[in-house]
Amino acid sequence: MGRAFRWILPHPSLTLVLALVWILLQNEVSAGMVVFGIILGIVIPRITAIWWPGTPKGFRLGRMISYSMLVIRDIIVANIEVAWIVLTVPNDKLKPAWVSVPLDLKQPEAITVLAGTITLTPGTVSADLSNEGSCLLVHILHTDDPDAVRDEIKDRYERRLKEIFA
Amino acid sequence: MTLEALAIIGAAISLLIGSIFVLVGVIGLLKFNDPMTRLHAPTKVGTLGIGMLLLASILTAAASGDPSMHEFLIMAFLFVTAPVSAHFLAKVSIHTRECMTPPKPTDDEMWSTLDSPDHSNEEKPATK
Repeated sequence: MGRAFRWILPHPSLTLVLALVWILLQNEVSAGMVVFGIILGIVIPRITAIWWPGTPKGFRLGRMISYSMLVIRDIIVANIEVAWIVLTVPNDKLKPAWVSVPLDLKQPEAITVLAGTITLTPGTVSADLSNEGSCLLVHILHTDDPDAVRDEIKDRYERRLKEIFA
Repeated sequence: MTLEALAIIGAAISLLIGSIFVLVGVIGLLKFNDPMTRLHAPTKVGTLGIGMLLLASILTAAASGDPSMHEFLIMAFLFVTAPVSAHFLAKVSIHTRECMTPPKPTDDEMWSTLDSPDHSNEEKPATK
């Protein structure tokens, strides 16, 4: 029974997300749309299951929501800072820097979320991963102290992500 | 002052803020002269600029009595895809050596973009 369930629903949360996206796309909540969304949510994960063998374990939704709120706040603050840099700092005074962030996260999903967060926060872009996956290369637009930015990334985002993907 | 008028004013303000951020992003794209610093401008446009424009769209749709949820989907898709494209642009500029060479990673041997057959023969003389 458990195996049959896992065969039909390899990724139950993906099924929910796909059904929700379908209903949002239709912009109406009717029984037909909900049923069709659930059918899509079952068929698509089933077809793509062979390319996606592992399931992320121990994902905490509540903490993910508070993390998203923190990231949205940071995006707004950093946007204003970067807009100020773009408008006021001349090109030859700009101090761009590379910084290598050592990763404690091991799960690919967690590293993807961290890299996405770094890129979405203006002022930092995640550029590359080292060949063994233990370091993230981050480019900073303008900074006097690259190490402080690295510590902030580790303390502010990675620590929280470690709790989410515990 | 009705709720509808408030929504329209809110939409106008968020359109204005969104356009300012898009404008700043374009200025950044034109002003910077290094591919990596230039990459910072579109990430800004993609987040707050588009976000404010979509907020205006939500407000006007709600004011006209036809609320729409598509904007949240646009935002979600944008937040998922924008970092991926930025990541690939960064990898291309590292690969073609159009930017400053990044420092060695602290734990591993090298960055995965430079860990390719094209780079293995030129990497050795460069380190000496």
